[in-house]
Amino acid sequence: MKYMMFVCTDTEPETHESRVPDIEVWVAENDAAGRRVTGSVLGATSAATTVRVRGGEVLLTDGPFTETKEVIVGFDILECADLDEAIAVAAAHPMAYNGRIELRPFADL
Amino acid sequence: MKEVAEAAQDSYARIVATLIRVTGNWSLAEDCAQDALTAALERWPRDGVPGNPGGWLMTVARNRAVDVLRRAAVEETKLREMAMLASSGNSAPSDDRLRLIFTCCHPALSLEARVALTLRTVAGVPTAGIARAFLVSEATMTRRLTRAKSKIAAARIPYRVPADLGERLPGVLAVLYLLFTRGYDADGEPAFADEAIRLARMLAALMPGEPEVAGLLALLLLQHSRRAARRDEAGDPITLARQDRSRWDRAAIDEAVKILSGMPVEGPYAIQAHIAACHAGESTDWRSAASWYDELARVQPTPVVELNRAVAHGYAYGPAAGLSLLASVSGAPEGYMLAVEADLRERGGEADRALDLFRRAAAAVPDGPERRALLKRVHSEPRKP
Repeated sequence: MKYMMFVCTDTEPETHESRVPDIEVWVAENDAAGRRVTGSVLGATSAATTVRVRGGEVLLTDGPFTETKEVIVGFDILECADLDEAIAVAAAHPMAYNGRIELRPFADL
Repeated sequence: MKEVAEAAQDSYARIVATLIRVTGNWSLAEDCAQDALTAALERWPRDGVPGNPGGWLMTVARNRAVDVLRRAAVEETKLREMAMLASSGNSAPSDDRLRLIFTCCHPALSLEARVALTLRTVAGVPTAGIARAFLVSEATMTRRLTRAKSKIAAARIPYRVPADLGERLPGVLAVLYLLFTRGYDADGEPAFADEAIRLARMLAALMPGEPEVAGLLALLLLQHSRRAARRDEAGDPITLARQDRSRWDRAAIDEAVKILSGMPVEGPYAIQAHIAACHAGESTDWRSAASWYDELARVQPTPVVELNRAVAHGYAYGPAAGLSLLASVSGAPEGYMLAVEADLRERGGEADRALDLFRRAAAAVPDGPERRALLKRVHSEPRKP
């Protein structure tokens, strides 16, 4: 089962720096276990461009499609047996401490 | 028909849990369990109750599922597994019901969804009944249940008892407790108290080594034992001290006390059950209650627990002891704080100050039975403790 892991910021991060796990370790472990298909840090939302086509015309907007305090700063695609495994992987990511992570299953088509 | 009702209560969760494991289809499992119960209602009065009612129901439900799946042309392995269930009859693995409970109470579902799904799928309560008790329309409750089942499938919430029980069991117990305390009948009594007790009993039988499960069962039994004494003719709540103890359900109290006597105390449910048991005798054993509250405040240091701790100490060791603990409580609802202080000062002989505090407490709680009870204290003579 594939899960998209949206990595987001949060206005109230964990305050104990020492508890936050290391991202390099997280990537290495999950790559080795075959649980991380791919993933990347994303550029700032100031570099985002939103694209729509309406009436045959391409409409561009500078910036992300929603303006919120929390922004998506990265993503990973996971391959996990079930939601419990995906939750365990997400909960070990440093941004689960410093931000928040949304797990979305790939739609079953 | 009594036999159908009894066999139904006993079998429903078993059938649903097993059919979900084998077919992975929640709606199919519920429909087939319901069909089997309907068939029993038709046939048992005519043909007599079978020797093994649970086995009979399981077989009928399974055959129905096989029919439906065959029509939908499901792969052979699933059908073979279904066929094998026939020979196992009623002795389906009992931990299917545990799988079902843990899945219904999965923390990735909203709390409302967990409560509703547990009532519908494990306890077999009709959707309309759940909707009524939670004051939503049946359509809303149906949507909530459908959404929860879709999420279980779409996000692949696993159908199993988790390896880390320490992390997940408290969540299951919290759902059972909520199911007991939330949701009310028209007369203001918990609508699903019997279901909650039945589920706690089932869980206690399936997990005999878990003190908190036994603790929850004992707590529910003790709270429910007072149902006949809890309200006056107007439906207003009567405080524990003023209840007619002869109307308490002695059998339930005895069962709870027996459960507690054989179990170590490890968490908040067992502690709360012990506190409830301190009230269950001819008079309250306040010294024991006070020391159990010390324990509860250690594992669950919430303002309301601290407030109740002050009350217990006030009765056990005098108003001054209660007031001194009360001084360190912060964050509890103002009305309750004032009411506790009023009661302690009244018993300490400070009648005028107590009157003023009761008045302020009444003004600080919402209009309703609690305010009426506080105003009664303003207008009645001070009581002896």
